[in-house]
Amino acid sequence: MKLLEYQSKKLFRQYGIPVPTGQVTSIARDAKHISEEIGLPVVVKAQVLVEGRGAAGGIRLVRTPEEAEVQAAEILSLRIHGLPVRKVQIDEAISIEKEYFIVITFDRSKKQPLLMMYDSGTIYIETAANALFDHLERVYIDPLIGLQRYQIRQLAYRLDFPNKFLRSLGEICFGMWRLFSDLDARMVAINPLAITNDQRLLALDGKITLDSNADFRHTSQLDFLDDPLLNAAEIEAHKHGLEYIKLPGNISCMVNGAGLTMATLDMIADEGGSPANFLDLGSGVNNESVNAAMKILLTDPDTKVVIINIFGGIIRCGDVAAGVQRAMQNYNPQIPILIHFDGSDAETGYAMLRESRVMLMSSLSEAIKRAVEIASGNV
Amino acid sequence: MSILINNTTRVIVQGITGREGSFHAERMFEMGTQIVAGVSPGKGGSWVLGEKVPVFDTMQGAMEVTEADASILFVPARQSTDALFEAADSGVNLVVCITEGVPLLDISKVCKYMESKNVRLIGPNCSGIFNPGGVNLGVAPADCAIPGNIGVISRSGTLSFYVMNEMKKIGLGVSTCLGIGGDLIQGTSFTEALELFDMDPYTERVLMIGEIGGLEEERAAKYAAYKMSKPVSAFLVGSSAPTGRKMGHSGAFIEGGIGTVQAKVEALEVSGVRVTTHIDCIGEILKG
Repeated sequence: MKLLEYQSKKLFRQYGIPVPTGQVTSIARDAKHISEEIGLPVVVKAQVLVEGRGAAGGIRLVRTPEEAEVQAAEILSLRIHGLPVRKVQIDEAISIEKEYFIVITFDRSKKQPLLMMYDSGTIYIETAANALFDHLERVYIDPLIGLQRYQIRQLAYRLDFPNKFLRSLGEICFGMWRLFSDLDARMVAINPLAITNDQRLLALDGKITLDSNADFRHTSQLDFLDDPLLNAAEIEAHKHGLEYIKLPGNISCMVNGAGLTMATLDMIADEGGSPANFLDLGSGVNNESVNAAMKILLTDPDTKVVIINIFGGIIRCGDVAAGVQRAMQNYNPQIPILIHFDGSDAETGYAMLRESRVMLMSSLSEAIKRAVEIASGNV
Repeated sequence: MSILINNTTRVIVQGITGREGSFHAERMFEMGTQIVAGVSPGKGGSWVLGEKVPVFDTMQGAMEVTEADASILFVPARQSTDALFEAADSGVNLVVCITEGVPLLDISKVCKYMESKNVRLIGPNCSGIFNPGGVNLGVAPADCAIPGNIGVISRSGTLSFYVMNEMKKIGLGVSTCLGIGGDLIQGTSFTEALELFDMDPYTERVLMIGEIGGLEEERAAKYAAYKMSKPVSAFLVGSSAPTGRKMGHSGAFIEGGIGTVQAKVEALEVSGVRVTTHIDCIGEILKG
């Protein structure tokens, strides 16, 4: 899960990482007194998970309390790259002398965390986090012993980091590492870390991505963090152990295994169709979860056709067929449903559905061709 | 024959009394895998698999009696980190972690620790090691492939079964299928797996089944070009995946332009690897 700027800053404060004086709000009227409390000028920043929100008009400098309210209202009515702005962060305006970029993330090839630092220019954090940028100065963190002070010194000297801020930089890096390990983050980044004209070292913006595998350790801390990317159907799917992502197309899919699901979506796209979703049934399939999956697909107004592709082996085609039967009774769908079974007990699955109003397809590519035809209206 | 394991490999199943553990232990046992013990805290002293295999409370207890070579984990995610360290300390030299949802930082620690103890980790979130017609240390259905000389490496379990089943339909057999797992950090990467297959006398060529996310396929491409003696082919999925969303696997996401299928195809083709993104074309890239 990715956190919004205001959520990241709240955590930065908790971990002793200095941030500008600021406050978050969802009400434009509040922007007036917040800006007065902070002291003008201030910046009003849209809280939305996209790159380049500044260029899209989501970050504005204001000089009076009235202007703060007007600008906050405008920003709160924006959709930036399709995402609504629900909150704005109001921060003291900062004059910057020099900017740095710091990130802690995982290096897949080294199988361990690393701390990287960069001393000029803007950068897409996610790109850097993939460790493609060989010119970023980096130190690898042994997860068993944690970040060491000498490693921060190494980075600082390589970048000619000003001596008088070295101690604060150390506290910031340690704070980032504690946050990273305490909260099981996949990435903690400060972009930028600024030396201000009035000689402070401040994290002006931050990005944190949490490792969803570790959610079970953090249920209480994370209550305040609604994942802004999930929609209602996605939340419902999670309750049933399904991996579901809504996509913009009209061909709904239900598959087992993340890889086979991606392969099925690719085939639809190759055939000229457009998938309405990603849905991986996972390995704990039963009547209940298949029924829930069918409900999600059938209630999606975009769905023109449903394609079910199951490889029996770990899960049973028979179990999926039973869930489909149940969903057919429960929801009496009017949209065409195409089914492809393969693997260990494909025959059992087909036999169970012979009497149902579904189309049984012996070839996956045929099934996909047919689904694309139906979805485009060329039946 | 297989890489990493054979029919004399003595295996302990961690989590053998759980739903997944008992189901798959039985299937592996039927295939002829030498399961010598199970571990399940609180269930020590009982017997499973037709009263033929003893269950112990701890790995230490199981190792004292069996001196096993490998362990396989079906332990729920919340307990899996502890079980992985327990395996690392037990004296086995190969650990297969089937469990999905192990926290990343934990896996990173486990990798470091196992490296220091010279223990190889496969997974997590993987399908294990499967030698069609021989031995199985994982969850692959026995009938999804026929024996042959193509080594398969996959980030995705079910997709590899599907692909091997398609290969079976056109008479192409598999030496070993190594499921390396769909997480961001893998105990054994594509590159390390290629190295294992290059040394394996029963493998003549290798098929990598990759997906969006990270740069491991790209790294493997370099290895295939400069270090491998055997030909490598690749099937990649996720070319239609949107940016910034995690497609089921914790490692399958495109971010900041990194991890796209397009970039992987380019890197692999430059390295002389035959690549396809169409499931129907796998036969073509494995011939000639």
